[in-house]
Amino acid sequence: MNLITLEAFYVIVGIVLLLVAGRIAADAAHPKRWGSALFWALLAVTFLFGRAIPPVVTGYLVLAMVVLAAAKQVGRSSGAPGSSPAERTAHEERLRHRLLWPALLIPATAVAGTLLLARVHFGSVRLIEASQAALISLSLGALFALGLGLWLTKAPVGTPLAEGSRLLQTIGWALILPQLLAALGGIFAQAGVGEVIAGLLAAALPMHAAFVAVLAYCGTMALFTMIMGNAFAAFAVATGGIGLPFIVQRHGGNPAIMAAIGMLSGYCGTLLTPMAANFNIVPALLLELKDRYAVIKAQAPVAVVIFIANLLLMYFCVYRF
Amino acid sequence: MQRLDVPHVFRCHIPPKMIKLIGVLVIAVGFGLRLNPLLVVVAAGIATGLSAGLPFHEIIAQFGRLFVENRYMTLPVVLIVPVIGLLERHGLQEHAERFIRNSRLATAGRVLLLYMAVRQIFIALGVKIGGHAEVVRPLIAPMAEGAARARYGALPDQTVQTIRAHAAAAENAGNFFGEDIFIAVGAVLLMKGFFDAAGVNVGVWPMALWGIPTALVAFAAMGWRCHRLDRRVARETAAANRPRGKGAS
Repeated sequence: MNLITLEAFYVIVGIVLLLVAGRIAADAAHPKRWGSALFWALLAVTFLFGRAIPPVVTGYLVLAMVVLAAAKQVGRSSGAPGSSPAERTAHEERLRHRLLWPALLIPATAVAGTLLLARVHFGSVRLIEASQAALISLSLGALFALGLGLWLTKAPVGTPLAEGSRLLQTIGWALILPQLLAALGGIFAQAGVGEVIAGLLAAALPMHAAFVAVLAYCGTMALFTMIMGNAFAAFAVATGGIGLPFIVQRHGGNPAIMAAIGMLSGYCGTLLTPMAANFNIVPALLLELKDRYAVIKAQAPVAVVIFIANLLLMYFCVYRF
Repeated sequence: MQRLDVPHVFRCHIPPKMIKLIGVLVIAVGFGLRLNPLLVVVAAGIATGLSAGLPFHEIIAQFGRLFVENRYMTLPVVLIVPVIGLLERHGLQEHAERFIRNSRLATAGRVLLLYMAVRQIFIALGVKIGGHAEVVRPLIAPMAEGAARARYGALPDQTVQTIRAHAAAAENAGNFFGEDIFIAVGAVLLMKGFFDAAGVNVGVWPMALWGIPTALVAFAAMGWRCHRLDRRVARETAAANRPRGKGAS
């Protein structure tokens, strides 16, 4: 039994999202008033009652959100940002380094909480579940920082909500893309998509050549990661289908070297794919970039260089050590 | 997100059912045509599920179940943006920019490379200090922009966009290519779990240590990109600030 679970923070997120929906519904000047309000309200429902309502109902709620987004009914409020540069500079001159305290409190709480909270228990009752320590600590950090920020700036409680709502609308419907992609990854895994590709590759390539086995494995890791948006999901398929049978069993390669460098080849794929939306698409929107794919474009040369280096590293090391 | 289906992995000798790849095709075509990604993803899921013989309701239920299971991906962003928004309204970005202006050595590229080094080292020790919403937007991107402004004055919009995209790239590269060196989280434990299930005896330490060469390569590659970024910033600002009428030379 755990005293604090992630579910409590999901409820807080649900309330925040509901307030965002409420602000939009109350904003007569919002260009996509009702579609946007409905979108955020539906998302709020999945956070507030996700565990309670049957998955098929959640599924249709998600489908409704997708239809709203695809029909261009989800938009940002037309209003200008809540502050002018002059105002911000004036505040900055007053607050100076104190502005950094809340921003630094988030990672500080996250680190301290991750290290300490999971160890706290009262008899058989634990404070938190160890596997959730990082997320709970980060969430606590955000809440503490909010408290500290409000105290330092003397801003009304409505300000963080207004600013948060503005930032969330900047991200817009893409906020749910990572969750949706994770769901797609699950469906791909269930249908055995990876196994089909691995099987095709293994049959088509001349695996008796040691270098081809390395190329096929690293390439599969990167390719699957690009398709699934997640190197962890690709690892089992690529390693089971190509890595173990060919590099380890056929050519006697070192499994530790293969796995380590193989996983990092997968990460090169992560840098290249819109399917890893939480790393590549959401940040582009969060940084207010015009091109949704700008982050991927900035990363592409790095990813290619690292991938080639991985290929050579694995080829020269995996059969030697 | 981290689903491991080990027993299924060894089924590769079974004749492949190519029809299951229809979802991949939908993704490629949909993203290629720049259709709404949410729609593309749902269509790919439905196509894949139907091709694997799942009833429509069942596919939708899977989407619902996995959507709820993966709520943790959205949680940090929603909880962090209110406080970041509050601080930004009180001049956090301006402060980060002013802070960096005091350093004569700072350039956009150097700020980002230093951030990547710190990010990589900390995550290799198991400490996550970064994040796009937590650190990159409020602090790192403004610092990189500020360093460029301190040198070259006003920046063209295109240059600002490029610097910000590289800030996100530094966060991702630092995050990914440091993580595998730490044995107690994520990737290394996942690999260990896979090998245990497959009956292959592999220790966690060799896997962690063999992550180091790639981590160094990643840092060097980002160093090269940051150097290129600085040259690009210099070029673009020079072009933008050149008085009109002197012609393009």
